[in-house]
Amino acid sequence: MSSELVLKNVDKIYGAGAVHAVKDLSFAVKPGEITALLGSSGCGKTSTLRMIAGFETLTNGSIELDGRPIHMLPPAQRGVAMAFETYSLYPPLTIAENISFALKAQKLGSQDVNKRVKDMAELLEIGDVLNKYPSSVSGGQQQRASLGRALVRKAGLYLLDEPMGQLEPQLRAVLRGRIKHYLREHDCTTILVTHDQTEANALADRIAVMEGGVLQQYATPAELKVRPANLFVGTFIGEPPMNVFPVQVKDDGKTVDFAIEGSGGQSLSYAAADFSQTLRNRLKGETALMLGVRPHAVRIGKQGLKARVVTCQWLGDQTHIASEIAGRTVVSVSHEQIAAKPASEVFLGIEPGDLHIFSSGNGAAIAHGAQLV
Amino acid sequence: MDHTSNLERIIRGGLIALVLIFFLFPIFWIVLMSFQTNETILRIPPSIFFEPTLSNYSALITGKLKTTAGNLDLAFMKNLWNSVLLSTLSVALSLILGVPAAYAFARFRFRLGEDIAFTLLSFRFAPPLLVLLPLSLYFKQLGLTNTYIGLIWVYQLICLPLILWIVRGYFEDISPDIEHAYRIAGNSWWQTFRKIAVPLAMPGIAAAGLLAFIFAWNNFVFALILASADKQPVTVGALAFVTASGIQYGQIAAAIVLSIAPTLALALYAQRYLVEGLSLGAVKG
Repeated sequence: MSSELVLKNVDKIYGAGAVHAVKDLSFAVKPGEITALLGSSGCGKTSTLRMIAGFETLTNGSIELDGRPIHMLPPAQRGVAMAFETYSLYPPLTIAENISFALKAQKLGSQDVNKRVKDMAELLEIGDVLNKYPSSVSGGQQQRASLGRALVRKAGLYLLDEPMGQLEPQLRAVLRGRIKHYLREHDCTTILVTHDQTEANALADRIAVMEGGVLQQYATPAELKVRPANLFVGTFIGEPPMNVFPVQVKDDGKTVDFAIEGSGGQSLSYAAADFSQTLRNRLKGETALMLGVRPHAVRIGKQGLKARVVTCQWLGDQTHIASEIAGRTVVSVSHEQIAAKPASEVFLGIEPGDLHIFSSGNGAAIAHGAQLV
Repeated sequence: MDHTSNLERIIRGGLIALVLIFFLFPIFWIVLMSFQTNETILRIPPSIFFEPTLSNYSALITGKLKTTAGNLDLAFMKNLWNSVLLSTLSVALSLILGVPAAYAFARFRFRLGEDIAFTLLSFRFAPPLLVLLPLSLYFKQLGLTNTYIGLIWVYQLICLPLILWIVRGYFEDISPDIEHAYRIAGNSWWQTFRKIAVPLAMPGIAAAGLLAFIFAWNNFVFALILASADKQPVTVGALAFVTASGIQYGQIAAAIVLSIAPTLALALYAQRYLVEGLSLGAVKG
């Protein structure tokens, strides 16, 4: 019984207009879809989750689950399960009782309940602490118990608030796979709140990137990386982050020239044919732009932009070279082992298809590769 | 490894003994007095050796006090019963009113909320005599003078602020997300309050209840003015031992022993419960 969730023009203002935490937020989660709300601390993602759960009121807008407006209902009547960032286990109950507690309302036989608790404990690897009390197990175990308490229920929508923040990296990687499989198998519509993009990429079908209470982009992990909607998403998604330069564009009919500001006349020059006519027409009106390029698309070679190496590090499977142009650091990632001494000169080449062009005013994307947005 | 030297241990033991003697000696002396007659109590120099007598207790329990000036009727057992009744019912009423109110003050922000909470606390600042005169006039008009209901009502001035402010702190210490987790699992606000908030705050509620009981039990002036002999608690009833033929020290001592017994028993019982509750109910991260 997976449900469809629709948020329409949701606003959240705390106090008397003091903090505008969520601004005109609209998005929809399809039945069975896993959506991640991704953003830095204070971006409004947890406020959004708590409004869906019913612990915060909406200042404006509506929330619908399967076409039924739920934003005026008490939490108990929304048919939503939630795992809390603070775990929030019931202290007088054991871990097993905490998990089975959520099943009480469903009037299952005790054998059925026991089996489901056992299966869930196995999935989350907390079988050995089932009979302990929350205060006597580790934070990671409490967090998994809290996650189990949410997942074991049958609900139309699952809300997971930083569900794996306290786990060790190895366990986290294993559990990500298992939880994704579990959510798929049970066709669970899920909203996951996280500030960890690796987790969002691994678990979510689509990611809603939020910043300053505003939804920046809502797209698949691949799309976010290839076609970021604006400069914020471009630099927020991806590790190491996208390199960005302010440039002046000049198109003389034969070549398109991006002069890098403050670099003493260095520029990226491409044949006009590398760009579509529509894009060139679009760029005619612009002079100042922001140019973004992913680190793996910056190639170290014999020609291109001249840069001074700051650090060079071979990580065993890839080389990270940080170099400097016009006071800005450019990171390049290569899968070959490259030896470049600090303070030596390197030449950086960038293919026209790897360019991301953003407006320097509002940061909105103009083109990805040679294609207009 | 023991870092304390023998000297330190001796000094510490001596100081603890001093404190214990300071606090317990009066009680010990009163217990001794309660088994003596007025003559042995008043002899000079006083001695802890005497022939014990139960006459004080039998006088209190039978209600017949024999003095040199004649026989007197005592309402002590009635007074004791009044104390139990008044204190228990006052605390019960205060808990029924105060615990939900404390929860509201802890969880919800509403208009004038802090002002109301502070006003309730301010009842504890005002000296009782300040309100007694107008109160006794109102009570006469309302027909509440010398009734249990009237006294229990006035005792709310003592119990309610205590319970409200102590329990509020305990509710504030419970993570709201624990309640949220319960509510989202399909339970109403009222069920959450009963099944999660109150049990988790139980040690605090017990402590506040106990404290309020002791304060109510020890109250003197409200009952002195607002009630007559048959509704008065032990604190006021003890005045009857100041008789025409002198102060009945033996009976006073026995009365004190009998009147501190219930609160002492309650405190000892609740103390065990409090420690248990605190260690079990510890809310962690």
